Amino acid sequence: MLLYVLKRLIALIPVLLGVTILVFSIMHLSPGDPAKIILGPKATEESLMQLRADLGLDLPVYKQYINWISNVLVGDWGRSIQLKMEVLPLIIDRFGATLILTAASILLAGVFGIVFGVIAAAYRYTFIDRLLMILILIGFCIPVFWLGILLQIEFGLKREWLPISGMYPPGQTGMLELIKHLILPAISLSMGSGAVIARMTRSSMLEVLEQDYIRTAYAKGIREKKVIFKHSLKNAFIPVITVLGMQIGFLLAGAVLVEIVFSWPGIGTLMINGILARDFPLVQGIILFVATAYVLVNLIVDIIYAFLDPRISYE
Amino acid sequence: MGNINRDLAKNELLDSRETSSLEMKNDSLSQKVKKDGPWRVAAKKMMRDKAAVTGLILLTIIILLSVLAPVLPLQDPEETDLVNRLKPPGTEGHILGTDELGRDLLSRLIWGGRISIFVGFVAVGIALLFGTILGLIAGYFKRFFDTVIMRIIDVLMAFPYVLLAIAIIAALGPGLMNTMIAISVVGIPYYARIVRGSTLTFREMEFVMAERAMGANHFHIIFHHILPNCLPPLIVAASLDVGWMILAASGMSFLGLGAQPPLAEWGVMLSEGRKFIRVAPHVSLFPGLAIFLVVLSLNLIGDGLRDVLDPRTK
Repeated sequence: MLLYVLKRLIALIPVLLGVTILVFSIMHLSPGDPAKIILGPKATEESLMQLRADLGLDLPVYKQYINWISNVLVGDWGRSIQLKMEVLPLIIDRFGATLILTAASILLAGVFGIVFGVIAAAYRYTFIDRLLMILILIGFCIPVFWLGILLQIEFGLKREWLPISGMYPPGQTGMLELIKHLILPAISLSMGSGAVIARMTRSSMLEVLEQDYIRTAYAKGIREKKVIFKHSLKNAFIPVITVLGMQIGFLLAGAVLVEIVFSWPGIGTLMINGILARDFPLVQGIILFVATAYVLVNLIVDIIYAFLDPRISYE
Repeated sequence: MGNINRDLAKNELLDSRETSSLEMKNDSLSQKVKKDGPWRVAAKKMMRDKAAVTGLILLTIIILLSVLAPVLPLQDPEETDLVNRLKPPGTEGHILGTDELGRDLLSRLIWGGRISIFVGFVAVGIALLFGTILGLIAGYFKRFFDTVIMRIIDVLMAFPYVLLAIAIIAALGPGLMNTMIAISVVGIPYYARIVRGSTLTFREMEFVMAERAMGANHFHIIFHHILPNCLPPLIVAASLDVGWMILAASGMSFLGLGAQPPLAEWGVMLSEGRKFIRVAPHVSLFPGLAIFLVVLSLNLIGDGLRDVLDPRTK
């Protein structure tokens, strides 16, 4: 097992290297001179040259990459042009909000997805199953940003049950306020992933329920509930956990749309504002940060998966 | 010379096939398959799937409305009328009401469909084309090509889809065209992997070996024997992907990275309408509903296609 983890960690190195090269080249390919963006349109040619030299922009591309990656590794991710702050502390500061939103969404998606999936499988090919499948399909197809707006209109504006933007009321903090502000964005963000998890749970359960040992369990006269919960669910769970893990990464990136709808102060909002202001160091930093987090989450999921399922080869 | 030999060998093969089918003339099943062909059988099966047919009808109506937009009796989607701004649905002359500049929502919705649906299909087309070419090269030639292509694809897949699309738009600059390029690039690894997988399987099959033994060149084998066999999973993937592409493109426009106002595009309309949800929620309601219906219909069709074309679900 330890060897497997070690091997996976080693395999991660070329992928992460590729990610850094891609992030670097994407930002490098972009039209526009960073020096001009920083100094503005009135800058003289001399000051532009000086800044280019200071930033290392006059060096060959590979040297620029080496400089950049060496700085990244020691925690120097550059300065935001627009906010005039160090990029990494800024990202870490805002990442907390995104993490809270993602965690709440994955919790909702996991719980509701698995419950709906199990119910659909338990009542397979009946009216209940069909109804749940229709709801799941709707959840799968609904645009997350539109769902957010619908929830804002219905529960925020019409019924005035919940706040429709921000993380806390101005000047206040506290767990209760956070939860109140979190409910609508978390529901919006979790809908698509919940639908994927529910579909996976249902199909995985259906596959297990067709196995011989389940037929034997029924033949022995074991109650339906016990067959479902004790004999089937455990085995049906393994593929569901993989999907659940994959969804964490998608939610992390997908949060950007929900953050914009609900003015949630996470890194998604920061990134979109950065793109619109052409704040390249900031955008580059956020993309690298989220992509690395995504790769690491997938690695952890793979390790948990291998740990749970003894059939997976560690070779 | 090699070609002549191959043609001769092929004729022999065809003759032997005809003989064998004559021998099996009492077998009604093979007769039916021969008469209808696999694609027609699949189409017939699909027509029995109520959900898929519903999706097909819904999508046909939406596409027809979008295509016919120039000849339909609609108002100019960009014509502003500040006196009649934010009128509710059912207002005379404006069935779905008007937006913040008094523009007719029904007209903008139908014209917007042209853009959103076009972007979805074209983006899938581009991703499909490049993904298929890369997948065929990697799977057929293996070795160096496979290693290089698959490593690049691994890196692309190390990014969550939305993030990669945003990253590419960040580099190219916001705009509808760049959004289309970005979401196409994001889709390429998906198709490349499907095609590579199928190619790896089919290149070792006997019929391909036979072609190779008869002297067929790589081009012929790839395009006449391997590609046609990769089509069923590709069609299923593409049909499910168009909906995702439409969703992604409108999402990017919603974020201000894709199509820009005053263009009548569903994501832009939703983003503009969002500012008025307190006074006129209908302005953001209809574009979202339109995106939802298109994505839903494409998913229904995609699921139906998967049921008839994917060998694993048979």
